[in-house]
Amino acid sequence: MTVLDAGPRFEGDDRTERMERALRPAHHPFEVWSMGGERDAYASSGERHYPLNHARVKGVGGSTLHWQGMVMRLHESDFRRRTRDGVGTDWPIDYETLRPYYAAAERELGVAGAADNPFAPPREEPYPMPAFPPSHSDALFAEACEALGVATHSVPNARNSEAYDGRSPCVGYGTCKPVCPSGAKYTAEVHVRRAERAGATVIPEAPVQRLETGGDGRRVARAVYADDAAGGAERTVTADQFVLAAGGVETPRLLLLSADEDHPDGLANASGAVGRYFTDHLFAGMGGTLDEPVGGNRIGFVTGESHQFYDDPGASTRGIPGSDADLGPIKLEFLNYDGTSTVRAPSPVRIALDDGAWGDRLLDRIRERYGNGVAIGALVGQTPRADNRIALDRSRADDHGNPVPDVRWSIDDRTRRTVRRANEIQRAILSELGVDVEWTVGPENTGPAYHHMGTTRMGTDPDRSVVDRRLRTHDVANLTVASSSVFPTGGAMNPTLTIAALALKAADHVAADL
Amino acid sequence: MELTRRDALAALAGAGVVGGGGAAVLARDPFGEAGPDDSPGATTAVLPTLTAAAEVVYPSDLDGIGEFVETYALGRVADRPDDRDGLASAVREVDAAAREWYGAAYADLDRSSRDEVLRELGADAADPDPAGSRAERVRYYVVNELLYALYTSPAGADLVGVGNVVGHAGGTEAYRREP
Ligand SMILES: Cc1cc2nc3c(=O)[nH]c(=O)nc-3n(C[C@H](O)[C@H](O)[C@H](O)COP(=O)(O)OP(=O)(O)OC[C@H]3O[C@@H](n4cnc5c(N)ncnc54)[C@H](O)[C@@H]3O)c2cc1C
Ligand code: SF4
Repeated sequence: MTVLDAGPRFEGDDRTERMERALRPAHHPFEVWSMGGERDAYASSGERHYPLNHARVKGVGGSTLHWQGMVMRLHESDFRRRTRDGVGTDWPIDYETLRPYYAAAERELGVAGAADNPFAPPREEPYPMPAFPPSHSDALFAEACEALGVATHSVPNARNSEAYDGRSPCVGYGTCKPVCPSGAKYTAEVHVRRAERAGATVIPEAPVQRLETGGDGRRVARAVYADDAAGGAERTVTADQFVLAAGGVETPRLLLLSADEDHPDGLANASGAVGRYFTDHLFAGMGGTLDEPVGGNRIGFVTGESHQFYDDPGASTRGIPGSDADLGPIKLEFLNYDGTSTVRAPSPVRIALDDGAWGDRLLDRIRERYGNGVAIGALVGQTPRADNRIALDRSRADDHGNPVPDVRWSIDDRTRRTVRRANEIQRAILSELGVDVEWTVGPENTGPAYHHMGTTRMGTDPDRSVVDRRLRTHDVANLTVASSSVFPTGGAMNPTLTIAALALKAADHVAADL
Repeated sequence: MELTRRDALAALAGAGVVGGGGAAVLARDPFGEAGPDDSPGATTAVLPTLTAAAEVVYPSDLDGIGEFVETYALGRVADRPDDRDGLASAVREVDAAAREWYGAAYADLDRSSRDEVLRELGADAADPDPAGSRAERVRYYVVNELLYALYTSPAGADLVGVGNVVGHAGGTEAYRREP
């Protein structure tokens, strides 16, 4: 087995230096994982700008190097969006099909969680590790939520609450996103190492330029990559089976770049769906200050959520009026950091480095500015639309002369309405808590959660989808896609546990064919 | 409040310097050579100057600054030649400015003059930049370097009164408690 990755290998022992780059204001966020430049050039010609290079990492380990590490299963309802809500489409598989793969994915990633979530889909066995206990601010939120009739619960995290799989327990650096120096947060490097021990060859700095078919055009014969470590010379890998797992943007881009005489619109694109239905989750949030110390930023991840408004976003509770509007799923997050980013939020070190003061005056400023902030976030499901798509921008080339990806992204009314509904719920909770709301992320200033879904959607109809329920492309017999790009709809749960579960399913099918 | 060796070592661990521990790190002297004789402030001893700056940028009731800076500053840049050179040259520029404007080594000035030198250099208003102007480099390598060390250490957490701060591996107990 050979793995080609477009980016470098990041050696393990410099993680604290990367953390320092994340925390010190002199460094651009891209410096943490060496993103940006011609290699990563892109266009964003849609209605909404899409900050693509904040939303991914290229290199061995991929975007999980930067990710937050919340891992939830999709709900049963997510697989039946069309039947249930009359929007989007149904998945060609159901929750029961994925259920054993979800359990396996939780063991593989190492998930700390608890069975205290009354809204979660059915599960068969306990999580591999106990959940992280609630934070001080979770307890404040829980009290306010209880008064309103909103249930709160723990959060499954791909992060060690105890030693697991040869990795350290979480030690509290608080910089999980974008870098965990201790290795407690799962990154895909775990499985890269395991694959290498099992005999796989990993070639870093090897961006695949195109896939070439042979004979009748029904099978991929070779992957052509640029050997960047050797000056970019083109090289070729042949194989019986190919798996494309380049994330939700580069996966469709590579298929489009692989157009040839037999496949004029791109490989595996007879349906015309490659690159289309680009879907993300929207962030909705609100925050302010409380007149008592909250003590955020002492860890870098989330330990409390409410999924009460997931299957029933319009639900009324004791303290929150219901809504009859047509809405998508909402997942509420009680943030342990008083902003939308762990390292850029006002933690003591960030205030120290940003404030300009020093000495006693600085300490006073830190005591003034740190400690009373509270924030509540939400993920909101986006309704897929064919017009939202990854296309090629032929007016601009990357470092190898290939047209760059153009992210055409907009937000429909239903999604906007759901963001507004999330804000309503958030406002009720913060007001019950006695918080002065100082900022809101609502329908006008919402942004993506960096979950790239839908661009090679799975389905049974080859005229309307790209891969089948075995994750194999309809058009090309030996090409499998392992990515959130196959999600027909995205729910409002962070996608990576589902990516891992689908990857395990895909691996079973590929193994059967070998 | 007393800064301890534990604080310096914790700050070091947070900066990726592990294993060597204090003694081994201290035995090396990354600033041993003071640079070419004709460079400004060539004779500046880096550590006393950096310590003198720490006494300005740290809160006034901290003790043990000398050892903290020595252990941290030495240990941290021991294996990072670029940072070592950047730090040493920014520190020398601070000392050169002191000699030029106040006629004495930076470490020999009283506290308020040392504060003034940093301000006259523009380090209070400059954006930190390791490859920038003198003011930007002094902000990055002297002021922010020292502040980063303190406010990602247990002492920083105690000063702020929170039990654990971002950038320090202070465990997973503190976040559950009222600050
Ligand atoms: C800030 C942030 C926070 C996040 N938080 C969460 C979270 O809490 N929970 C969650 O579930 N998800 C989260 N995500 C999303 C998560 O990171 C992704 O869903 C996940 O990493 C996707 O995995 P992937 O392997 O499909 O793609 P990626 O991780 O993006 O990996 C793609 C790989 O393909 C390589 N590649 C690209 N093009 C080529 C090419 N042409 N040739 C060869 N190799 C190529 C890249 O170098 C990269 O290594 C977050 C993402 C970000 C950016
Ligand atoms: S808080 Fe985050 S960064 Fe720190 S050890 Fe835990 S998982 Fe890693």
